[in-house]
Order: sequence, then C-alpha cells, then structure tokens
Amino acid sequence: MSTEHHIKLPEGSIEKSTTTLNLGPTHPATHGVFQNILELDGERIVSAEQTVGYIHRAFEKLAERRPLYQITTLTDRLNYCSSPINNMGWHLTCEKLLGVKTPKRVDYMRVIIMELARISDHLICSSVVGVDSGAFTGFLYVMQYRELIYEIYEEVCGSRLTTNMGRIGGFERNFTAAAWEKLERFMAEYPAVLKEFENLFSRNRIFMERTIGAGPISAERALNYGFTGPNLRAAGVDYDVRVHSPYSSYEDFEFDIPVGSTGDCYDRFLVRNGEMWQSLRIIEQAYRKIQDMKGAEADVYHADAPEYYLPSKSDVYTKMEALIWHFKIVMGETDIPPGEVYQAVEGGNGELGFYLISDGGRTPYRLHFRRPCFIYYQAYSELTKGAMLSDAIIVMSSLNLIAGEMDA
Amino acid sequence: MALTNETIKDRLIAKFGEQLSHFEEPYGLLTFEAPRDLNLKVMQFLFDDQELRFQFLTDLTAVHYPDQQGRELAVVYHLHNLTDNIRLRFKVFTPSEKPDVFTATQLYSSANWMERETYDFYGVNFVGHPNLKRILNVDEMEYFPMRKEFPLEDQTRIDKDDAMFGR
Repeated sequence: MSTEHHIKLPEGSIEKSTTTLNLGPTHPATHGVFQNILELDGERIVSAEQTVGYIHRAFEKLAERRPLYQITTLTDRLNYCSSPINNMGWHLTCEKLLGVKTPKRVDYMRVIIMELARISDHLICSSVVGVDSGAFTGFLYVMQYRELIYEIYEEVCGSRLTTNMGRIGGFERNFTAAAWEKLERFMAEYPAVLKEFENLFSRNRIFMERTIGAGPISAERALNYGFTGPNLRAAGVDYDVRVHSPYSSYEDFEFDIPVGSTGDCYDRFLVRNGEMWQSLRIIEQAYRKIQDMKGAEADVYHADAPEYYLPSKSDVYTKMEALIWHFKIVMGETDIPPGEVYQAVEGGNGELGFYLISDGGRTPYRLHFRRPCFIYYQAYSELTKGAMLSDAIIVMSSLNLIAGEMDA
Repeated sequence: MALTNETIKDRLIAKFGEQLSHFEEPYGLLTFEAPRDLNLKVMQFLFDDQELRFQFLTDLTAVHYPDQQGRELAVVYHLHNLTDNIRLRFKVFTPSEKPDVFTATQLYSSANWMERETYDFYGVNFVGHPNLKRILNVDEMEYFPMRKEFPLEDQTRIDKDDAMFGR
C-alpha cells in the first residue's frame, strides 16, 4: 500500500534556464562561514543571494551583562585575524567615555601592536587571494612570519589568536625583553619576505589576468555601500580613520595611504601590500620613539587611572588604597559616567566603530559594533553580476570577509 | 570658513525649525532628535545640501528604552561628511507597538542590511525595505532578542539540563 508523495518544487524551477549553485556555508573557498546562493547561466553569474549569521554569537546582548573590562574578550572575536586592533579600539572607546588619558609610551606600544595586527590580517588576505587563484606557496611562505607575529603577541599578552590584549588605560605588563627581541627580528627579516611575496604575484601574468577586472566598483557606489578600509581605498577614496580622526597618537607618525583606481581585485591586492609596507614604516618609527625615551617615562606602560586600572598585586596586599581600588573595580563600584560615545578605529577591513551608551551602571546599556565586513558584503551581488564563477571566488577572498566580524 | 557643529545646527533649524530637538554634543559629536516621519527628509537634506554634504552612512542601529511610553525604540543614524571630516548622529523615536520607520535604502545602499539587522534584533519595521527579513538569527525566531524584556539565554530551549549546568 503506497501513499502518494508530491514533491513541491519552487515556482518556475522546471522552466528556468539558470542553475542554482549553493556556495554553501562549509566550503573550502569561502574563508569563514557564510553562504551564497548563486544563479548561474552557464558559467556566468546572474544573481547572488548571501546568507550570513552562521556564527552569530549575540555579542551585543552579551555586552549588556558584562562590565567594561570583560567585554574585551568579546571584541577579540570580531575580526579574529587582527584581534589586537579590536581590543585597542574597545579600550579607546572606554577611555573616551571615562576620560582617561594615556601616556605617549602606551600610545606608541599600542601603535606597534595594531600595525603588527594589520600586517597579519593583510598577509592572510593577500596570500589567500593567491591560494584561490591556485598559488599555494605564497601563503605558506608568509605564514612563517605570521607565526612570528603570533609569538610577539604571546610574549605581550599570553595568547596567540584571540588576544584580550591591554587594559583600559594601557597594558597589563611592560613588553618583555623577549618581545622586543622578536620585534627586532621581525623588523629585520620581514621586508625581504614581503618583497619576495610581491615578486611572486604583483607582475605575475596569470595572477594579473585572474584579478584585473574582477569585481570592480566605482568610488560613488563604494561610498554608497558604506565601504571603508582597503576596499574603499582600492576604489580611489583615500579615507583612513588613522588620518581623519587620529587616535592613539597616530598624528605623530609619517605614513602614506596607498590608493587604487578601479577597485577590482588587483587594486585591492596592491593596496593591501602597500599598506603592509606603510605599517612596517610606522612600526619602525614607533620602535625608534620608544627606544629614545629616557628616565621615568621609559618604563610607563599604563595610565595613572586607579579607578579603572587594577593595581599591582604586591600593592593590593600591602597598601590600603590599592586594596580598596581593587575591590571597587572588581565588584563594579567605580563610577562610570552616563553618556553615549562613538569611537572608530581603522581595522584590517576598515572603520571598526564602537557605539557605547552607558547609563551609569557597571555594564553598558547598549553596545553596538559597526562592523565593516557586514556592511560591505552587501555589495557582493553587485560586484559579481555578470562575472564568471571563478571570478566570484576571487572577489570573495579579495574583499577579506571575516565571518566573525560579519556576524558578531 | 570651516564647517562646525554650530553651522550644521543652524542650517538644520533653519530648514526644519522646531521639529528637531534635543541638540547636544556628547564628546564633540553633534546629536539631535528628529520626528519619526521626517527621518528621510533630514537625511536627504543633509545629503543634498552643498555645504553640509553628509553623504556617508556610518552606522544604523536601534536602542530600546522600555520605560519611555510611546517612545520605546530609538533608531540611531550616524552620518559622516568625509570631505570636511565631521560626524553627526540623529535619532528617531518610535513606539514599540507599531514601530514603522521609513527605510533609508533608496538613499544609502548600505542601509539595506543594517536595517535588516535592526529589524532582526528589535522588530523595527522599515517601511519600503526591499527584503525585510531576519539576517543574523534563524528565520523561525518569533521574538526580537535585543529588546530588554528578553533575557540573555533562550528560554525556549528544552535540551539544556539545569542540574548539569549548575543552576
């Protein structure tokens, strides 16, 4: 006795002439979990529909339950390829709200770490564009130097990927001698590596043919789509938060902003490589400035803000005020002024913004992350309209889409 | 003459008069409140005006104030004038029973997903949005999780054993 089964096909699926391809959430070419449903006419893409949210972890709701210093661990997991930048951005937001002023040495240490993180993020993106066009060697070769950056993070804060680095007001400990030594080794060895990586790709005939003309975007459309960061700079607009709204003493440094013209994958690749050279320049300047500091200011690694920065344990066990401050900070009895603040930093992908509304309690009333990846991924369907499937893959990896930042 | 918060405020009041309110400058960022029906007109004015030129939508989000009767949900827009490097923020308040706000997608393509996220989290209905459905949460979710009445944990889950989770 068999029952009748009717299969319900979607409307028009028998008559249509395009193929639906699910570039699904788990796919070796999508670096992260996000889904694309492509309508293909042969090899050409007619339309693309994106689905995000596979790694949504409700950070904004979680942040409403955590005191300010516990939210740093949430920010690590936004753009996890350059988590120190997210951490520093969050600390800058808190310092803006609380009115804490950091000394110059702390600012320069933060700049070194943020630029190392930017190099690390751009290295992944550039080498992965290479991988998606078939060249695996570049990726493995530069991973060795990304490993060195991770070792520097480990010396500074103890973790490699999700760093939880720094505190409101500075760092938890001074950079150790081993950290400085690794940084010096990085500054000495990395330029040659980057040069070799560029030699492999930048004038490589196959790479150029794959990436030139893939996914171009004009400056007006990019601005309308809310692009920021290397993707916007590749389209020709030289907007960089480090220059426009300098934070953490970036105005003390001299660096250029590489700008492209057509906004296609090749321009994005070159802009990221150019930014890595500029980041190296900034790291060298910051290193020089710190080494030139003398006397008392050469040992400072945090601001003098006892209400928000935990005192050292030896003081807590011996001095009364330190004990009281420690208690107040941990139990959440310190005064957080009510107010709303928006602070933006230049993340690996663009303007990473933190919109914090405080009502005077120990946890934020509302915290919203302005995530650049989430905002510019909307343009993907426009970027790939009429392109071939392999171009779509290259466009996706050259946009540097990090799932953690898209979903938060 | 450089564009300042004062100039922007004067131009806005000259155009919209008493309808805009609560002008303040927390941490240097000009912030004001507009009536719900004027949100597009304000953004269009800021976009088109040759002196103001706020042509970049930095952020679009919402905040829930359950204690303010009739004004529970605030949609917050952050705009940026890239040429003069000035930011501004404005809010529109809407009641939570019928939170209809006009969509900004005609003016800014970036508002598309930001409004979907705001709908997903708060239930703000953006009138005229091309594809207003949930973006980060599962489509079957029946409530708006970021509203203050919903606790952090999902109360509809039956698979977590409280005894094992130490409650």
